[in-house]
Amino acid sequence: MRVAGKGLLAGAKPVTFSFNGRHLVGLEGDTLASALLANGVHLVARSFKYHRPRGILTAGSEEPNALVTIGSGAQSDPNIRATSQEIFEGLEARSQNCWPSVEHDIQAVNDLASPFLGAGFYYKTFMWPAKFWEKIYEPIIRRAAGLGALSGQADPDPCEKAYAFCDLLVIGSGPAGLMAALTAARAGADVILAEEDASMGGRLLGEVEQIDDMSGVDWVAQVLAELESLDNVRLMPRTAITGAYDQGTYGALERVGHHQPRRADLPRECFWRIVAKRAVLAAGAIERPIAFKNNDRPGIMTASAVRSYLNRWGVAPGQRVTLFVNNDQAHDTARDLVQAGVHVAMVVDSRHDAPDSDLYPVMKGAQVCDTGGRKRIDSITVRSVQGEERIQTDCLAMSGGWNPTLHLTCHLNGRPQWNRDISSFVPTPGTVPGLTCAGACNGEFSTIGALREGAEAASQALEDLGVKASKPDLPTAGDAPYNITALWAVTGKGRAWLDFQNDVTVKDVKQAAAENFRSVEHMKRYTTQGMATDQGKNSNVAALAVLADATGRGIPETGTTTFRPPFAPVSIAAMGAGAAGAGFKPQRFLTSHLASKELGAPAIEVGLWYRSSYFPTAGESNWRQSCDREVGLVREAVGICDVSTLGKIDIQGPDAAKLLDLVYTNTFSTLKLGRVRYGLMLRDDGFVMDDGTTARLGDTHYVMTTTTAAAGQVMAHLEFVQQVMRPEWDVQITSVTEQWAQFAIAGPKSRELLNGILGDQIDDASWPFMACGTVDVLGVSGRLFRISFSGEMAYELAVPARFGDALFRELLQRAKTLKGGAYGMEALNVLRIEKGFLTHAELNGTVTAFDLGMQGMVSKKKDCIGKPLSSRPGLMAEDRERLVGLKPIGAVKQLTAGAHLFNPDDPVERIYDQGYVTSAGFSPTLGHSIALGFLKNGPDRIGEEVRMVDHMRGIDALCEVVNPVFFDREGGRARG
Amino acid sequence: MADLIALTPCDGLLPLTIGSLTLTEDLPAAMTSIAPYTGQDDALSAALQAEHGMAFPSIGRSTGKAGGRAIWFGQGVALLQGVVAAPALAEFAALTDQSDAWAVVRLDGIGAEDVLARLVPADLRSPAFKRGHTVRTELAHMQASITRIGAQAFQVMVFRSMARTLVHDLKVAMAAVTARGDI
Repeated sequence: MRVAGKGLLAGAKPVTFSFNGRHLVGLEGDTLASALLANGVHLVARSFKYHRPRGILTAGSEEPNALVTIGSGAQSDPNIRATSQEIFEGLEARSQNCWPSVEHDIQAVNDLASPFLGAGFYYKTFMWPAKFWEKIYEPIIRRAAGLGALSGQADPDPCEKAYAFCDLLVIGSGPAGLMAALTAARAGADVILAEEDASMGGRLLGEVEQIDDMSGVDWVAQVLAELESLDNVRLMPRTAITGAYDQGTYGALERVGHHQPRRADLPRECFWRIVAKRAVLAAGAIERPIAFKNNDRPGIMTASAVRSYLNRWGVAPGQRVTLFVNNDQAHDTARDLVQAGVHVAMVVDSRHDAPDSDLYPVMKGAQVCDTGGRKRIDSITVRSVQGEERIQTDCLAMSGGWNPTLHLTCHLNGRPQWNRDISSFVPTPGTVPGLTCAGACNGEFSTIGALREGAEAASQALEDLGVKASKPDLPTAGDAPYNITALWAVTGKGRAWLDFQNDVTVKDVKQAAAENFRSVEHMKRYTTQGMATDQGKNSNVAALAVLADATGRGIPETGTTTFRPPFAPVSIAAMGAGAAGAGFKPQRFLTSHLASKELGAPAIEVGLWYRSSYFPTAGESNWRQSCDREVGLVREAVGICDVSTLGKIDIQGPDAAKLLDLVYTNTFSTLKLGRVRYGLMLRDDGFVMDDGTTARLGDTHYVMTTTTAAAGQVMAHLEFVQQVMRPEWDVQITSVTEQWAQFAIAGPKSRELLNGILGDQIDDASWPFMACGTVDVLGVSGRLFRISFSGEMAYELAVPARFGDALFRELLQRAKTLKGGAYGMEALNVLRIEKGFLTHAELNGTVTAFDLGMQGMVSKKKDCIGKPLSSRPGLMAEDRERLVGLKPIGAVKQLTAGAHLFNPDDPVERIYDQGYVTSAGFSPTLGHSIALGFLKNGPDRIGEEVRMVDHMRGIDALCEVVNPVFFDREGGRARG
Repeated sequence: MADLIALTPCDGLLPLTIGSLTLTEDLPAAMTSIAPYTGQDDALSAALQAEHGMAFPSIGRSTGKAGGRAIWFGQGVALLQGVVAAPALAEFAALTDQSDAWAVVRLDGIGAEDVLARLVPADLRSPAFKRGHTVRTELAHMQASITRIGAQAFQVMVFRSMARTLVHDLKVAMAAVTARGDI
């Protein structure tokens, strides 16, 4: 209920929202949690395993219970903490994993089965009969457990990612963070202040405190006003720093649009990568619950959460509040409530030396050992030397002390250290280079201490950065000491909760210890404590204290598990922003793309490129029809194919020829001006890297082509040779793949077509096979290469890419008049298989020149990269898998790439494997299927039969081993 | 005989205005990569000065001005933009025509830095990245060259074949930055 005159929402607009279909009214600035409490709604969720009624435990992002789904359909977001979600007009929120409603959940029956559902239960129960596990038990258990559910539909609204840079990243905007940011900002440093909450100020927003002569809230406003006025400060509210990574890089998740109705143009979230020269962690601390029987009922909250709801949102979570505490500071909750006119029935303090008060009754040396009220707490049972008594209450505020929020300091494999004085873990300095801790996250729990440490941390960072700064004056602020006596769990029968979100109790941890899972790492995995989305923020320390006790060790000796990013849940949509659908990788389009699309050619992806697969004409309904026709028109007339994707590398300089001789197996220094040569390139380890052609266009000017697949790899390889292996050579290399649009013009009528568009006519004498040079193409200066990948008389014509579209259209039109046309990747592949030409299907990274039958191309007269290792004995053995052709000779005519080869009489088993098929297709030229592959002793077995078995597609074909060149073995057609 | 029609890399994709941001195609009349041969750095720079009025740029910088600019383009290489490279330079450096190889766009307006912050893992803010500063970096998985050419204007270059992806990614970022303006 709202308390008049309390909270920071005076004058705020009313906001209508719905929870489980029920319409409620809150105020702008409310979180869903504060608005629900204001409306008297306490039962918000059901627990993960036992489906127990649960309410709001905290007021921060560490909330383990109050997880809801916001929105509906494709635009729903599950597992949103009600404490983090700001309400807006029309917000729809629903409880999760309860049916038919959170009020009445059938699966609450699981609570009765709890003896069978303890830690590690699936190793002990539900084991018989064995086959029931997979089909019956596991699906049921899987359905029953869990929190939110995904909608199963793609969310249409965007997320984004971004980069940021700064001198100092301040993480948290409480007193320590504000002081750090102010100190650095006034010195002129480039500052980012990141705050997880929508409003800056940290705990100062939830407490009644004085800083100097004003309220903590007013002091915050004053500091923010100054920071906002400075250009060198970037304030990032709603931004959680999720991880500390190498070299000052931090991940962060900004909730950009969650506090507003969805919009198609506004990103919901932004995942930031922030590079900071220095950082100050001022993330505060998280209050610890205490474990006792039935400590998980709706209405049981942390003491500081009650103060936040009262002081920040003006909401009292109950009208008869009780407290169960072990430290002085928690008493502030009772004081604030009483001063706001809310009845405090009792403060139960476990310490015999607890402070007295005039405002509220205190029971010292007493403990809460049970609670009552299933859907909302209605009583507590208090145990003291006097015995047990029941007290009526509708809200229990508990505090077991504070845990510094030090998670980020462990992200680079650091561990915290135990501080006995405050019964807490504190950060170990230096575990994240460049990051210092200040304030509560450093174990300093007083406000004046936080202010001081924040200023000091910033001063140290400025000194490290070489920035001159004066120490700021510290305001006066609270300096109350932190008095605490540790209390982890109240002894007694009955389940006492440690991890609320994963439903793990003290009993589970003790059971783990009894079953010898004594290491904290084992206890965690065996019980699943700390493995829910709150990452054990509310339970880690208590659980390990229980484990320590159960195994007779101290807390430092028991140790902690580590923390890894992310500190708070990050949606995959944010981390992968921009990468959905076609955004996954850049798309590379050819200059002929639009014209090809107009012709209805489907595209296939070749790396990042889109290449036309085939060009269907009227009447063709199947790709084979188009492919067969295109093969025919290249062999009989003329075909046009865009081959711009092949890598083109411009090589210039006095030592260009030396470079070519080093990287190619064959000699290029003998290549004459105006000629092209086919070359083979090896890796250092002697295996084939790539093949291609290199043309000599000038005295010291060459253009190398590579395959499409290896263009980037070869470029990197040449750069390595130039910069590292032979830095003394005078040679420059530049990629020109994009500069030139290049088209294959292939077929008996190719020269006829060319002579229609070239400025100077060519014939076989003036432009023989493997000639190259500059030509005039319809007024444009281009390059012509007479090379063939189809085996027909063929040329490749290159023009500056701006003319690519126009030239392609022109070539197609002219080809058509000669009864030719366009051909795509399918036909290109059939043509080259017919000729035994190779692609990366054969050059698959595991074959040598020897395997390809190209040992003769490795010059004996010179060295080359890969030559020494290529001649290792094992790489020259005759029985290696070597290149052959295959044709079907049995009833089954289909050959498939990826199939394996066996001797016809051998069992079809792995140890009898003789090789595999690399490329296959139907040859219209020959009238049957053909394939290339690698076969043990390949060339020596020509004429033999082998059995081709494709296990994946279920094809079994008897084949004859043949020469890999199926057609025009002498190569006369290309040279004609 | 037909003349071949020339198309620019961003043909049909630009210009684009979203909020206060504009994206236009800004293709120089010519682009040539210039890589000095061994020991020829000074001679090349002098020749560049003599022929085109600008020295060879140092790492991360550019020389010249709009219409005739040389930007640092990688280890030992600069890109001459806007004017056709004088043949005299060939004595000292490898000249390679790049006029058709790159999509070149101009991003202009308040928030241009924020737009690029969504795509580029380099710090492009003033005052650190001043007018005339240039960087070879990546823009959303594409290798790119980015130069500040005005108070809030950037020249952004990627491979010609990736023009469509470039325009798409910039457009999405421009819309995202603009949408924040009214929350």
